[in-house]
Amino acid sequence: MAEKLNFDLVSPDRLLMSEEVDMVLVPGSEGDFGVLPAHAPVMSTLKPGVLEVTGGAEGSSRIFVRGGFAEVTPQGLTVLAEEAIPLAELDVAKLDQSIQDAEEDVADAKDDQTRDAAQLTLDHLRQIRESL
Amino acid sequence: MPNLKELKNRIASVTSTQKITKAMQLVAAAKLRRAQEHAEAARPYAERMDAVLANLSQGMVGNPGAPKLFQGTGSDQTHLLIVATAERGLCGGFNTSIAKLARQHADQLIASGKTVKILCIGRKGYDVLKRLYEPQIVETITLGHLKSVSFADVQPISKKVLDWFDAGEFDVCSLFYSRFKNVVTQIPTQQQLIPATVPEGVETANLNGAIYEYEPEEDEILAELLPRNMTVQIFRGLLENAAGEQGARMSAMDNATRNAGEMIDDLTLVYNRTRQAIITKELIEIISGAEAL
Repeated sequence: MAEKLNFDLVSPDRLLMSEEVDMVLVPGSEGDFGVLPAHAPVMSTLKPGVLEVTGGAEGSSRIFVRGGFAEVTPQGLTVLAEEAIPLAELDVAKLDQSIQDAEEDVADAKDDQTRDAAQLTLDHLRQIRESL
Repeated sequence: MPNLKELKNRIASVTSTQKITKAMQLVAAAKLRRAQEHAEAARPYAERMDAVLANLSQGMVGNPGAPKLFQGTGSDQTHLLIVATAERGLCGGFNTSIAKLARQHADQLIASGKTVKILCIGRKGYDVLKRLYEPQIVETITLGHLKSVSFADVQPISKKVLDWFDAGEFDVCSLFYSRFKNVVTQIPTQQQLIPATVPEGVETANLNGAIYEYEPEEDEILAELLPRNMTVQIFRGLLENAAGEQGARMSAMDNATRNAGEMIDDLTLVYNRTRQAIITKELIEIISGAEAL
């Protein structure tokens, strides 16, 4: 493909990706959508899920994102994600272990506040697990 | 005439002080690099957030359906000042300059009959402000136990502020922090968080006449974006603070080390002179004793 899409993925901690790609599949809150070069301007919130990038500098990649926005302008696509983890960096065994730990935390919690916090962590981990 | 022993002790004590300040300077320099990287890594997110906000707010100005966080409560009676400072001292005028800016602002508001509430992030800001505004300080959050502030650490803070806002505890909220310009320059800054303002100089995207499609609706996106923006702005403020604190400490400790060096030189000179004077005096005594024979 001659034309490329400028794609930026930023999280509060760092700029994860800023490169030219062929296509990005975005998990929008009202349904997934694909963005190709010269897409019409869209602004959408994200649901927790996997962002798929095709045709980047290092081939294709899959990144787990949670909470944030995708903005398509004529200049390209910008995804602001509160949390972004490349799936390649995730280890299933480790993840299962953390899920188990989190479940125990929920069970062991002594007051509502710690239980809510542990439950939140657990839900987050489960979302990541489901996306694999 | 100064006592030789006393002088020696003083030189030794200044030397050990110098060693400590030198070590603190080196530690600050090492920490500064990391803090600076953090602050710089967080900038793209905050900048893009500003741009998205700017794009969205164009269509929202004067719209009665706009969220409260954007257009305010319609009153400006109660002000919440979030004063973010460092957890530790010995960093020159860093904490005092932030507190001073906040104090000026608070005095101005109180003078014009407004109610002021203060939320301190960082122990040092509380130490400075409590003398004047003890009753106004609603809460102090310390982050001293954290090695570096992460986004997740800031979320509870912004949630608390938003809960207060929803409960009608205040109308206007501003954040005070120190913007990190470079190692020797930190600029105390005031930033209004609620009602949300779009910083000047943010470019809105050029759509070539096209119109945004919103998923979900514009006001829903804005309602979700504004609370996030709060977190991002506080987070950015704290990171800039962290970098500024280390920079300020580094230059303060550099000065202290240099002053200690000068002091050691002066004391050594006095010490040597005194010692020579004593030797000369003894010689004179011996010679005049021998001549008298």
